[in-house]
Amino acid sequence: MSGRLADGPVIPNFGHGDPCVTGDHTFCWSWVKAHWGDTLQPALIQHVELTAIAIGIGFVLAFTLALVAHRYRRAEQPIGVLSALLYTIPSLALFQILVPFTGITRTTVEVALVAYTLVILFPNIVAGLRSAPDDVLEAAHGMGLTRRQVLTRVELPLAVPAIIGGLRIAIVSTIAIATIAAFLLPQGLGYPIFNAVKLPTPFKTEIYSAGVLAIALALACDAALVGVKRALVPWSRRTA
Amino acid sequence: MTLADAANLHTFLDAFRFIGDHPGLLAQKAWEQLELSGAALGLALLVALPLGIALGHLHRWSGLAIGTSIVGRGLPSLVLIAAFLTVLGIGFVNNMVALAVLATGPILTNAFDSVHAVDHDAVEAARGMGMTGLQILRRIELPLATPLLFTGIRVAAVTVVATAPIAAIAGGGGLGDIIVNQASYRLSGVVGASICVMALSTGVFLALLGIQIGVTPRPLRRTSVIADVSRKESL
Repeated sequence: MSGRLADGPVIPNFGHGDPCVTGDHTFCWSWVKAHWGDTLQPALIQHVELTAIAIGIGFVLAFTLALVAHRYRRAEQPIGVLSALLYTIPSLALFQILVPFTGITRTTVEVALVAYTLVILFPNIVAGLRSAPDDVLEAAHGMGLTRRQVLTRVELPLAVPAIIGGLRIAIVSTIAIATIAAFLLPQGLGYPIFNAVKLPTPFKTEIYSAGVLAIALALACDAALVGVKRALVPWSRRTA
Repeated sequence: MTLADAANLHTFLDAFRFIGDHPGLLAQKAWEQLELSGAALGLALLVALPLGIALGHLHRWSGLAIGTSIVGRGLPSLVLIAAFLTVLGIGFVNNMVALAVLATGPILTNAFDSVHAVDHDAVEAARGMGMTGLQILRRIELPLATPLLFTGIRVAAVTVVATAPIAAIAGGGGLGDIIVNQASYRLSGVVGASICVMALSTGVFLALLGIQIGVTPRPLRRTSVIADVSRKESL
Protein backbone atom coordinates (compact mmCIF):
# COMPACT_ATOMS: atom_id res chain seq x y z
CA MET A 1 0.00 0.00 0.00
CA SER A 2 2.63 2.50 1.03
CA GLY A 3 4.88 1.39 -1.81
CA ARG A 4 2.16 1.99 -4.37
CA LEU A 5 1.51 5.47 -3.06
CA ALA A 6 5.16 6.38 -3.25
CA ASP A 7 5.18 5.67 -7.00
CA GLY A 8 2.97 8.56 -8.03
CA PRO A 9 2.38 12.03 -6.68
CA VAL A 10 1.02 11.89 -3.16
CA ILE A 11 -1.28 14.85 -3.63
CA PRO A 12 -3.29 14.58 -6.84
CA ASN A 13 -3.43 17.67 -8.99
CA PHE A 14 -6.96 19.06 -9.05
CA GLY A 15 -5.95 22.17 -11.00
CA HIS A 16 -6.41 25.69 -9.72
CA GLY A 17 -9.54 26.87 -7.96
CA ASP A 18 -11.44 29.92 -9.04
CA PRO A 19 -9.54 32.80 -7.40
CA CYS A 20 -12.82 34.46 -6.48
CA VAL A 21 -14.06 31.33 -4.70
CA THR A 22 -10.77 30.42 -3.03
CA GLY A 23 -10.33 34.04 -1.95
CA ASP A 24 -13.70 33.93 -0.14
CA HIS A 25 -15.07 36.98 -1.94
CA THR A 26 -18.55 38.21 -1.13
CA PHE A 27 -20.17 37.13 -4.37
CA CYS A 28 -18.76 35.20 -7.34
CA TRP A 29 -20.73 35.46 -10.58
CA SER A 30 -18.29 32.98 -12.08
CA TRP A 31 -19.41 30.30 -9.60
CA VAL A 32 -23.08 30.98 -10.27
CA LYS A 33 -22.50 30.64 -14.01
CA ALA A 34 -20.44 27.49 -13.62
CA HIS A 35 -22.83 25.78 -11.20
CA TRP A 36 -26.22 26.98 -12.40
CA GLY A 37 -26.74 23.74 -14.33
CA ASP A 38 -25.60 21.26 -11.67
CA THR A 39 -26.66 22.97 -8.43
CA LEU A 40 -28.99 25.94 -8.62
CA GLN A 41 -31.31 24.98 -11.47
CA PRO A 42 -32.11 21.46 -10.19
CA ALA A 43 -32.68 22.88 -6.70
CA LEU A 44 -35.02 25.52 -8.09
CA ILE A 45 -37.00 22.94 -10.06
CA GLN A 46 -37.26 20.65 -7.02
CA HIS A 47 -38.40 23.60 -4.94
CA VAL A 48 -41.16 24.41 -7.43
CA GLU A 49 -42.22 20.74 -7.43
CA LEU A 50 -42.30 20.52 -3.63
CA THR A 51 -44.36 23.69 -3.42
CA ALA A 52 -46.73 22.85 -6.27
CA ILE A 53 -47.59 19.39 -4.93
CA ALA A 54 -48.17 20.76 -1.43
CA ILE A 55 -50.37 23.61 -2.63
CA GLY A 56 -52.32 21.36 -5.00
CA ILE A 57 -53.17 18.69 -2.43
CA GLY A 58 -53.54 21.24 0.36
CA PHE A 59 -55.98 23.31 -1.66
CA VAL A 60 -58.21 20.36 -2.54
CA LEU A 61 -58.28 19.19 1.09
CA ALA A 62 -58.82 22.69 2.50
CA PHE A 63 -61.59 23.38 0.00
CA THR A 64 -63.41 20.16 0.87
CA LEU A 65 -63.08 20.79 4.60
CA ALA A 66 -64.21 24.38 4.16
CA LEU A 67 -67.34 23.24 2.32
CA VAL A 68 -68.07 20.85 5.19
CA ALA A 69 -67.50 23.57 7.78
CA HIS A 70 -69.65 25.95 5.75
CA ARG A 71 -72.48 23.44 5.64
CA TYR A 72 -72.15 22.30 9.26
CA ARG A 73 -71.14 25.44 11.14
CA ARG A 74 -70.40 23.57 14.34
CA ALA A 75 -67.33 22.01 12.76
CA GLU A 76 -65.58 25.31 12.20
CA GLN A 77 -64.36 26.24 15.68
CA PRO A 78 -62.72 22.86 16.47
CA ILE A 79 -60.98 22.74 13.09
CA GLY A 80 -59.84 26.34 13.59
CA VAL A 81 -58.33 25.77 17.04
CA LEU A 82 -56.75 22.50 15.92
CA SER A 83 -55.10 24.20 12.97
CA ALA A 84 -53.82 27.05 15.17
CA LEU A 85 -52.16 24.46 17.39
CA LEU A 86 -50.79 22.59 14.38
CA TYR A 87 -49.21 25.79 13.12
CA THR A 88 -47.16 26.12 16.31
CA ILE A 89 -45.36 22.85 15.53
CA PRO A 90 -41.96 23.79 14.10
CA SER A 91 -41.49 22.53 10.56
CA LEU A 92 -38.10 21.02 11.35
CA ALA A 93 -39.62 19.00 14.18
CA LEU A 94 -42.66 17.92 12.16
CA PHE A 95 -40.45 16.63 9.33
CA GLN A 96 -38.41 14.52 11.77
CA ILE A 97 -41.39 13.23 13.72
CA LEU A 98 -42.92 11.91 10.49
CA VAL A 99 -39.76 10.03 9.55
CA PRO A 100 -40.56 6.89 11.60
CA PHE A 101 -43.85 6.59 9.70
CA THR A 102 -43.05 7.61 6.15
CA GLY A 103 -39.25 7.37 6.04
CA ILE A 104 -36.78 9.83 4.58
CA THR A 105 -38.85 10.43 1.49
CA ARG A 106 -40.57 13.19 -0.36
CA THR A 107 -43.83 11.92 1.12
CA THR A 108 -42.68 13.00 4.58
CA VAL A 109 -41.91 16.49 3.36
CA GLU A 110 -45.18 16.75 1.46
CA VAL A 111 -47.30 15.57 4.40
CA ALA A 112 -45.81 18.33 6.55
CA LEU A 113 -46.10 20.98 3.85
CA VAL A 114 -49.71 20.02 3.11
CA ALA A 115 -50.52 20.29 6.82
CA TYR A 116 -49.21 23.86 6.95
CA THR A 117 -51.03 24.84 3.74
CA LEU A 118 -54.23 23.46 5.17
CA VAL A 119 -53.86 25.57 8.29
CA ILE A 120 -53.60 28.74 6.21
CA LEU A 121 -56.10 27.95 3.47
CA PHE A 122 -58.96 26.52 5.52
CA PRO A 123 -59.87 29.63 7.59
CA ASN A 124 -59.51 31.87 4.56
CA ILE A 125 -61.81 29.79 2.38
CA VAL A 126 -64.40 29.52 5.17
CA ALA A 127 -64.27 33.27 5.73
CA GLY A 128 -64.64 33.79 1.99
CA LEU A 129 -67.72 31.57 1.81
CA ARG A 130 -69.20 33.52 4.73
CA SER A 131 -68.54 36.87 3.10
CA ALA A 132 -71.73 36.91 1.03
CA PRO A 133 -73.96 39.65 2.49
CA ASP A 134 -77.23 38.50 4.01
CA ASP A 135 -79.46 40.48 1.68
CA VAL A 136 -77.69 38.97 -1.33
CA LEU A 137 -78.39 35.49 0.04
CA GLU A 138 -82.00 36.42 0.75
CA ALA A 139 -82.39 37.69 -2.79
CA ALA A 140 -80.91 34.45 -4.14
CA HIS A 141 -83.31 32.37 -2.06
CA GLY A 142 -86.16 34.63 -3.09
CA MET A 143 -85.33 34.02 -6.73
CA GLY A 144 -85.82 30.33 -6.06
CA LEU A 145 -82.20 29.19 -6.15
CA THR A 146 -81.53 25.86 -4.46
CA ARG A 147 -78.89 25.55 -1.78
CA ARG A 148 -76.39 24.19 -4.29
CA GLN A 149 -77.12 26.97 -6.75
CA VAL A 150 -76.60 29.56 -4.04
CA LEU A 151 -73.22 28.00 -3.31
CA THR A 152 -71.99 27.78 -6.88
CA ARG A 153 -73.50 30.99 -8.26
CA VAL A 154 -73.38 33.37 -5.30
CA GLU A 155 -71.14 32.27 -2.47
CA LEU A 156 -68.23 30.82 -4.43
CA PRO A 157 -67.77 33.76 -6.82
CA LEU A 158 -67.89 36.15 -3.86
CA ALA A 159 -65.33 34.00 -2.03
CA VAL A 160 -62.75 34.21 -4.81
CA PRO A 161 -60.84 37.23 -3.42
CA ALA A 162 -60.52 35.65 0.04
CA ILE A 163 -59.49 32.30 -1.45
CA ILE A 164 -56.79 33.94 -3.55
CA GLY A 165 -55.68 35.96 -0.54
CA GLY A 166 -55.26 32.70 1.35
CA LEU A 167 -53.42 31.12 -1.55
CA ARG A 168 -50.97 34.02 -1.64
CA ILE A 169 -50.06 33.51 2.01
CA ALA A 170 -49.97 29.74 1.61
CA ILE A 171 -47.63 29.80 -1.39
CA VAL A 172 -45.23 32.31 0.12
CA SER A 173 -45.12 30.36 3.41
CA THR A 174 -44.75 27.00 1.68
CA ILE A 175 -41.82 28.24 -0.38
CA ALA A 176 -40.20 29.40 2.87
CA ILE A 177 -40.90 26.17 4.74
CA ALA A 178 -39.76 24.03 1.79
CA THR A 179 -36.20 25.33 2.33
CA ILE A 180 -36.26 23.56 5.70
CA ALA A 181 -36.92 20.27 3.88
CA ALA A 182 -33.19 20.26 3.11
CA PHE A 183 -32.55 19.09 6.67
CA LEU A 184 -34.20 15.85 5.63
CA LEU A 185 -33.81 15.48 1.87
CA PRO A 186 -31.12 16.69 -0.53
CA GLN A 187 -33.76 18.66 -2.40
CA GLY A 188 -34.94 22.19 -2.91
CA LEU A 189 -33.21 25.54 -2.59
CA GLY A 190 -32.46 24.90 1.08
CA TYR A 191 -30.00 22.17 0.13
CA PRO A 192 -27.29 24.37 -1.44
CA ILE A 193 -27.65 26.74 1.53
CA PHE A 194 -27.40 23.87 3.96
CA ASN A 195 -24.25 22.61 2.22
CA ALA A 196 -22.66 26.04 2.08
CA VAL A 197 -23.26 26.64 5.78
CA LYS A 198 -21.73 23.31 6.77
CA LEU A 199 -18.35 24.17 5.22
CA PRO A 200 -15.58 25.27 7.60
CA THR A 201 -15.86 28.70 6.00
CA PRO A 202 -19.47 29.27 4.92
CA PHE A 203 -19.56 29.74 1.15
CA LYS A 204 -21.26 33.08 0.70
CA THR A 205 -21.99 32.94 -3.02
CA GLU A 206 -23.98 29.71 -2.70
CA ILE A 207 -25.95 31.05 0.30
CA TYR A 208 -26.79 34.34 -1.40
CA SER A 209 -27.66 32.91 -4.81
CA ALA A 210 -29.94 30.16 -3.47
CA GLY A 211 -31.48 32.55 -0.97
CA VAL A 212 -32.21 35.17 -3.61
CA LEU A 213 -33.73 32.47 -5.83
CA ALA A 214 -36.07 31.36 -3.02
CA ILE A 215 -37.20 34.92 -2.33
CA ALA A 216 -37.57 35.68 -6.04
CA LEU A 217 -39.66 32.54 -6.49
CA ALA A 218 -41.97 33.64 -3.66
CA LEU A 219 -42.32 37.16 -5.08
CA ALA A 220 -42.99 35.82 -8.59
CA CYS A 221 -45.72 33.44 -7.37
CA ASP A 222 -47.28 36.20 -5.32
CA ALA A 223 -47.30 38.58 -8.29
CA ALA A 224 -48.79 35.87 -10.51
CA LEU A 225 -51.64 35.31 -8.05
CA VAL A 226 -52.34 39.03 -7.86
CA GLY A 227 -52.63 38.91 -11.66
CA VAL A 228 -55.03 35.95 -11.48
CA LYS A 229 -57.13 37.80 -8.94
CA ARG A 230 -57.36 40.87 -11.15
CA ALA A 231 -58.48 38.73 -14.05
CA LEU A 232 -61.07 36.77 -12.05
CA VAL A 233 -62.51 39.56 -9.94
CA PRO A 234 -62.11 42.86 -11.76
CA TRP A 235 -64.56 44.52 -9.36
CA SER A 236 -62.17 44.26 -6.41
CA ARG A 237 -59.29 45.93 -8.19
CA ARG A 238 -59.38 48.97 -5.99
CA THR A 239 -59.08 47.05 -2.73
CA ALA A 240 -56.35 44.73 -4.01
CA MET B 1 -28.60 5.38 8.42
CA THR B 2 -30.68 3.12 6.25
CA LEU B 3 -34.24 3.44 5.17
CA ALA B 4 -35.13 0.24 6.98
CA ASP B 5 -33.98 1.88 10.18
CA ALA B 6 -36.10 4.89 9.43
CA ALA B 7 -39.45 3.59 8.43
CA ASN B 8 -40.74 1.70 11.40
CA LEU B 9 -42.78 2.37 14.43
CA HIS B 10 -40.09 1.16 16.81
CA THR B 11 -38.04 4.25 16.10
CA PHE B 12 -40.94 6.34 17.22
CA LEU B 13 -41.20 4.44 20.50
CA ASP B 14 -37.39 4.61 20.85
CA ALA B 15 -37.69 8.37 20.62
CA PHE B 16 -39.74 8.39 23.81
CA ARG B 17 -37.20 6.06 25.41
CA PHE B 18 -34.50 8.57 24.42
CA ILE B 19 -36.44 11.34 26.12
CA GLY B 20 -36.77 9.20 29.24
CA ASP B 21 -33.06 8.34 29.27
CA HIS B 22 -31.69 11.85 28.73
CA PRO B 23 -33.88 14.28 30.65
CA GLY B 24 -30.87 16.35 31.78
CA LEU B 25 -29.43 16.80 28.30
CA LEU B 26 -32.81 17.69 26.83
CA ALA B 27 -33.63 20.11 29.61
CA GLN B 28 -30.28 21.85 29.17
CA LYS B 29 -30.73 22.11 25.40
CA ALA B 30 -34.30 23.31 25.83
CA TRP B 31 -33.08 25.99 28.22
CA GLU B 32 -30.43 27.10 25.69
CA GLN B 33 -33.12 27.37 23.08
CA LEU B 34 -35.34 29.42 25.37
CA GLU B 35 -32.42 31.74 26.19
CA LEU B 36 -31.73 32.35 22.51
CA SER B 37 -35.43 32.84 21.79
CA GLY B 38 -35.84 35.19 24.74
CA ALA B 39 -32.90 37.32 23.69
CA ALA B 40 -34.18 37.52 20.11
CA LEU B 41 -37.71 38.35 21.20
CA GLY B 42 -36.41 40.97 23.63
CA LEU B 43 -34.38 42.65 20.90
CA ALA B 44 -37.35 42.62 18.53
CA LEU B 45 -39.68 44.01 21.21
CA LEU B 46 -37.22 46.78 22.01
CA VAL B 47 -37.20 47.95 18.39
CA ALA B 48 -40.59 47.05 16.97
CA LEU B 49 -42.97 47.70 19.85
CA PRO B 50 -42.26 51.42 20.46
CA LEU B 51 -42.00 52.02 16.71
CA GLY B 52 -45.28 50.28 15.94
CA ILE B 53 -47.15 51.97 18.78
CA ALA B 54 -45.77 55.40 17.89
CA LEU B 55 -46.63 55.04 14.20
CA GLY B 56 -50.08 53.70 15.06
CA HIS B 57 -50.71 56.62 17.41
CA LEU B 58 -49.66 59.10 14.74
CA HIS B 59 -51.49 57.12 11.99
CA ARG B 60 -48.44 57.43 9.76
CA TRP B 61 -46.37 55.16 7.52
CA SER B 62 -48.88 52.33 7.36
CA GLY B 63 -46.92 51.02 4.36
CA LEU B 64 -43.93 50.29 6.60
CA ALA B 65 -46.01 48.20 9.00
CA ILE B 66 -47.73 46.24 6.23
CA GLY B 67 -44.52 45.87 4.25
CA THR B 68 -42.66 44.40 7.23
CA SER B 69 -45.27 41.72 7.69
CA ILE B 70 -45.17 40.66 4.04
CA VAL B 71 -41.38 40.64 4.00
CA GLY B 72 -41.33 38.75 7.30
CA ARG B 73 -43.60 36.06 5.94
CA GLY B 74 -41.76 35.64 2.68
CA LEU B 75 -38.24 35.50 4.07
CA PRO B 76 -37.31 31.86 4.58
CA SER B 77 -35.80 31.51 8.05
CA LEU B 78 -33.01 29.31 6.73
CA VAL B 79 -32.02 31.98 4.21
CA LEU B 80 -32.12 34.64 6.91
CA ILE B 81 -29.97 32.67 9.35
CA ALA B 82 -27.49 31.68 6.65
CA ALA B 83 -27.25 35.24 5.33
CA PHE B 84 -26.61 36.70 8.77
CA LEU B 85 -24.07 33.94 9.37
CA THR B 86 -21.94 35.28 6.52
CA VAL B 87 -21.98 38.75 8.04
CA LEU B 88 -21.87 38.18 11.80
CA GLY B 89 -20.15 34.80 11.95
CA ILE B 90 -21.18 31.67 13.81
CA GLY B 91 -22.70 31.95 17.25
CA PHE B 92 -25.24 33.53 19.54
CA VAL B 93 -25.23 37.08 18.14
CA ASN B 94 -25.89 36.03 14.56
CA ASN B 95 -28.79 33.81 15.58
CA MET B 96 -30.22 36.37 17.95
CA VAL B 97 -30.26 39.04 15.23
CA ALA B 98 -31.67 36.69 12.57
CA LEU B 99 -34.47 35.50 14.85
CA ALA B 100 -35.15 39.06 15.99
CA VAL B 101 -35.66 40.09 12.36
CA LEU B 102 -38.20 37.26 12.02
CA ALA B 103 -40.00 38.43 15.15
CA THR B 104 -40.12 42.07 14.07
CA GLY B 105 -42.77 41.45 11.40
CA PRO B 106 -45.72 40.31 13.52
CA ILE B 107 -44.86 42.62 16.43
CA LEU B 108 -44.56 45.77 14.34
CA THR B 109 -47.58 45.04 12.18
CA ASN B 110 -49.88 44.19 15.07
CA ALA B 111 -48.63 47.05 17.24
CA PHE B 112 -49.36 49.46 14.42
CA ASP B 113 -52.70 47.92 13.46
CA SER B 114 -53.99 47.65 17.01
CA VAL B 115 -53.31 51.27 17.95
CA HIS B 116 -54.21 52.61 14.52
CA ALA B 117 -57.59 50.85 14.51
CA VAL B 118 -58.76 51.98 17.97
CA ASP B 119 -62.31 53.34 17.75
CA HIS B 120 -62.02 56.87 16.45
CA ASP B 121 -65.00 58.08 18.50
CA ALA B 122 -63.34 56.99 21.75
CA VAL B 123 -60.18 58.91 20.87
CA GLU B 124 -62.19 61.99 19.87
CA ALA B 125 -64.16 61.87 23.10
CA ALA B 126 -60.94 61.67 25.10
CA ARG B 127 -59.52 64.60 23.19
CA GLY B 128 -62.71 66.54 23.86
CA MET B 129 -62.26 65.82 27.55
CA GLY B 130 -58.93 67.61 27.30
CA MET B 131 -56.58 64.63 27.39
CA THR B 132 -53.13 65.13 25.91
CA GLY B 133 -51.77 62.84 23.21
CA LEU B 134 -49.76 60.84 25.73
CA GLN B 135 -52.75 60.44 28.03
CA ILE B 136 -54.91 59.25 25.13
CA LEU B 137 -52.24 56.73 24.23
CA ARG B 138 -51.88 55.45 27.79
CA ARG B 139 -55.49 55.43 28.95
CA ILE B 140 -57.49 54.85 25.78
CA GLU B 141 -55.48 53.45 22.91
CA LEU B 142 -53.19 51.00 24.69
CA PRO B 143 -55.87 49.27 26.79
CA LEU B 144 -58.12 48.88 23.76
CA ALA B 145 -55.20 47.75 21.63
CA THR B 146 -53.95 45.14 24.11
CA PRO B 147 -55.54 41.98 22.63
CA LEU B 148 -54.34 42.51 19.08
CA LEU B 149 -50.99 43.89 20.26
CA PHE B 150 -50.39 40.84 22.39
CA THR B 151 -51.41 38.53 19.56
CA GLY B 152 -48.51 39.95 17.60
CA ILE B 153 -46.12 39.25 20.46
CA ARG B 154 -47.48 35.73 20.87
CA VAL B 155 -47.17 34.94 17.17
CA ALA B 156 -43.63 36.35 17.18
CA ALA B 157 -42.65 34.36 20.26
CA VAL B 158 -43.95 31.08 18.86
CA THR B 159 -42.26 31.79 15.52
CA VAL B 160 -38.94 32.44 17.26
CA VAL B 161 -39.10 29.35 19.49
CA ALA B 162 -40.14 27.22 16.52
CA THR B 163 -37.38 28.60 14.30
CA ALA B 164 -34.61 28.48 16.89
CA PRO B 165 -33.73 24.80 16.17
CA ILE B 166 -32.77 25.81 12.63
CA ALA B 167 -30.20 28.11 14.18
CA ALA B 168 -28.28 24.99 15.20
CA ILE B 169 -26.64 24.99 11.76
CA ALA B 170 -25.10 28.33 12.71
CA GLY B 171 -23.95 27.34 16.19
CA GLY B 172 -27.18 28.33 17.85
CA GLY B 173 -27.23 25.47 20.32
CA GLY B 174 -30.52 24.31 21.73
CA LEU B 175 -32.52 21.24 20.80
CA GLY B 176 -31.62 21.82 17.17
CA ASP B 177 -28.10 20.60 18.02
CA ILE B 178 -29.54 17.13 18.50
CA ILE B 179 -31.83 17.32 15.46
CA VAL B 180 -29.03 18.14 13.03
CA ASN B 181 -26.61 15.63 14.56
CA GLN B 182 -28.07 12.28 13.62
CA ALA B 183 -24.59 10.75 13.50
CA SER B 184 -24.26 11.07 17.28
CA TYR B 185 -27.82 10.79 18.52
CA ARG B 186 -29.30 8.33 15.96
CA LEU B 187 -32.78 8.71 14.62
CA SER B 188 -34.37 8.05 18.00
CA GLY B 189 -32.54 11.05 19.45
CA VAL B 190 -33.45 13.23 16.50
CA VAL B 191 -37.12 12.33 16.72
CA GLY B 192 -37.04 12.61 20.52
CA ALA B 193 -35.58 16.11 20.34
CA SER B 194 -38.17 17.00 17.70
CA ILE B 195 -40.94 15.92 20.03
CA CYS B 196 -39.40 18.14 22.72
CA VAL B 197 -39.23 21.07 20.30
CA MET B 198 -42.88 20.55 19.49
CA ALA B 199 -43.82 20.39 23.16
CA LEU B 200 -41.74 23.50 23.86
CA SER B 201 -43.39 25.66 21.21
CA THR B 202 -46.85 24.39 22.08
CA GLY B 203 -46.07 25.19 25.73
CA VAL B 204 -44.95 28.70 24.84
CA PHE B 205 -48.11 29.15 22.75
CA LEU B 206 -50.39 28.07 25.60
CA ALA B 207 -48.46 30.02 28.27
CA LEU B 208 -48.60 33.22 26.25
CA LEU B 209 -52.27 32.65 25.48
CA GLY B 210 -52.83 32.45 29.23
CA ILE B 211 -50.88 35.66 29.84
CA GLN B 212 -52.73 37.31 26.99
CA ILE B 213 -56.08 36.49 28.53
CA GLY B 214 -54.71 37.80 31.84
CA VAL B 215 -53.52 41.17 30.55
CA THR B 216 -56.55 41.82 28.37
CA PRO B 217 -59.01 44.20 30.05
CA ARG B 218 -61.86 42.07 31.35
CA PRO B 219 -64.64 43.41 29.10
CA LEU B 220 -62.62 42.69 25.97
CA ARG B 221 -61.72 39.12 26.86
CA ARG B 222 -64.51 37.03 25.50
CA THR B 223 -64.94 38.89 22.26
CA SER B 224 -61.33 39.30 21.25
CA VAL B 225 -58.87 36.77 22.60
CA ILE B 226 -60.73 33.51 22.11
CA ALA B 227 -61.99 34.44 18.68
CA ASP B 228 -58.54 35.63 17.81
CA VAL B 229 -56.89 32.24 18.20
CA SER B 230 -58.66 30.89 15.18
CA ARG B 231 -58.66 34.18 13.33
CA LYS B 232 -58.20 34.03 9.60
CA GLU B 233 -54.97 35.37 8.28
CA SER B 234 -55.13 38.22 5.86
CA LEU B 235 -52.75 40.08 3.64
